[in-house]
Amino acid sequence: MSHNENLLEVDGLRTVFDTSEGMVRAVDGVDVTVRRGECLGVVGESGSGKSVTFSSVMGLVRSPGRIESGSIRFEGRDLTRLSPREMRAIRGRDISMTMQDALTALNPALTVGEQLSEMLDAHDEDLPARGGARRRAIRDKSVEMLRLVGIPSPDSRLDQYPHEFSGGMRQRIMIAIALAPGPKLLIADEPTTALDVTIQAQVLELISEIRARLGMSVVLITHDLGVVAEHCDRVMVMYAGQVVEEGATVDVISNPQHPYTRGLLGSIPRLSLRGKPIRPIQGQVPNLVGLPPQCRFYSRCPDRTEACLQFVEMRNVGSDRRARCIALTQEEVA
Amino acid sequence: MTSAAIHSPPVAKASGAGQTIFQRNLRQFAANRLAMASVGVVLLFVLLAIFAPFIAPHDPNETDLFRRLQPPAWQAGGEWAYLLGCDALGRDILSRIIYGSRISIFIGAAVIFVATTVGIAAGLAAGYFRGWVDVAISRLVDILLSFPYLIFAIGLMAMMGPGLVNIILALAYKEWVIPCRVVRGETLATRELEYVEAARALGASSAHIMVKEILPNILSPVIVVSTIRIAHVIILEASLSFLGLGVQPPTASWGSMVADGRAFILGAWWVSTFPGLAILLLVLAINVASQGLRDAFDPRFQE
Repeated sequence: MSHNENLLEVDGLRTVFDTSEGMVRAVDGVDVTVRRGECLGVVGESGSGKSVTFSSVMGLVRSPGRIESGSIRFEGRDLTRLSPREMRAIRGRDISMTMQDALTALNPALTVGEQLSEMLDAHDEDLPARGGARRRAIRDKSVEMLRLVGIPSPDSRLDQYPHEFSGGMRQRIMIAIALAPGPKLLIADEPTTALDVTIQAQVLELISEIRARLGMSVVLITHDLGVVAEHCDRVMVMYAGQVVEEGATVDVISNPQHPYTRGLLGSIPRLSLRGKPIRPIQGQVPNLVGLPPQCRFYSRCPDRTEACLQFVEMRNVGSDRRARCIALTQEEVA
Repeated sequence: MTSAAIHSPPVAKASGAGQTIFQRNLRQFAANRLAMASVGVVLLFVLLAIFAPFIAPHDPNETDLFRRLQPPAWQAGGEWAYLLGCDALGRDILSRIIYGSRISIFIGAAVIFVATTVGIAAGLAAGYFRGWVDVAISRLVDILLSFPYLIFAIGLMAMMGPGLVNIILALAYKEWVIPCRVVRGETLATRELEYVEAARALGASSAHIMVKEILPNILSPVIVVSTIRIAHVIILEASLSFLGLGVQPPTASWGSMVADGRAFILGAWWVSTFPGLAILLLVLAINVASQGLRDAFDPRFQE
């Protein structure tokens, strides 16, 4: 076990998809650090590589996709070198993931209780070895998990099927299943996209609360900067398969360094700017096949110059702040 | 209403709580009267088969040369003790039909059981693992499908020789491709669904995903197809018996009874006709019942 405070360290991750039109570099040299107990927000529009990055971490990238290079260290172990069996033991027990769509992510043919107890049966090591005692312990723990996520009368609802629950309830149940084995890291992939606003707030509040109580780390994948501002310690902005800016949430939002982050923030409607038009980012995400080695945001950047037509690396722009823009001068790291 | 019911807590269980889609479909099936009547006919045959020794009026293999080709009871020369008449060896046709139902139903059920078990396993593997597993299984299925069924079964029976187990094997040898293709197709669609991906993300093994996540969700079409196929298998068994490749005499089998009566069809029509009607009735009942099952279980047929 590593002694540093970083739970997850992804270094130079490249995940590519071989398609008939050529190789799609969905994730192109991404570094991620998740510290113990923190909540990292990952923001970006559709196709920016945020989901693929964390599917790679989970080892869930399937053909035609593959991890081309890079290392994924979880508590010091490189996950890319583990056998499928070892990886399976880590999924669920150490790293859990909730899916985007709660309405389809539960098995319609099994009761909620069956799905919860499967997770506990497979991963929980504190349970009695076998027999009735184990079954009772699993049942008790299942009830406890449903209560934790705020499902009323959990004991009777365990025997119901997913279609008997509302969308928000199902999202909570998914979270309960993901949390059941007590993972160290929860990857929540757009946990609220299928829900209405009031339920969204409840679910996010729930994740924050459980994180604080259980001391786990959370990666919150979203395209809602408002959600990030409210719930995340640090934020990572992704664009076209690269990280373009990262840092403490307060700093990034109050003082964005990358033109894309500025664009994202500028396109959020605010009460203080009532009457003024929202400024959307012009253009579209470039096709990820055969990208030239220049700044990926070049075609849409309001501040582009000739100098942008070269490879741009991440630059340190303050303590714990990094951004990928040629206009920023590299700060010396003390 | 009793006072207990009035004072029951307001958190009373919602109606239909804990009910699966499967149970709901089953209820819809039960509401289909024609299908339920067919189920009744099928059940009647099953009971006949199970309790044949108690129901049959005579020993099916007892010959009585004085009753050769005796007509059914309502015709001149008939006796009520031999309701459907007798065959060329003076055996009671009704008793032979009752005993013959054992062969038809047992072989039909056994073949479908073996074929569905093998087909589910092969179809799940092909659909879930894809790649070379899928190629191997699917090409084998294609090869088997390219043979005419009956000729394939005749060839196998000629190789293995007659006998109950051999008939079951000969028919199951090819029958498994039917559930296999259904299962493979359904598995291909189901494995891409979010809850399967979610199970993977939570560390489930391939075997677990196939058996616990995918199988319960694809069982309905498999059940429907299997019931329809029982009727086919019963006809195939009758065909094999008709050709003399099935169960060997003197064991009564509907197919061989029809064959036995061919020589007397003009003079003694009842020898072939009644076993033929038995095949017709059972196969029709199974088909109507399975049609009802399909209507209840296939979402495309739902109102």
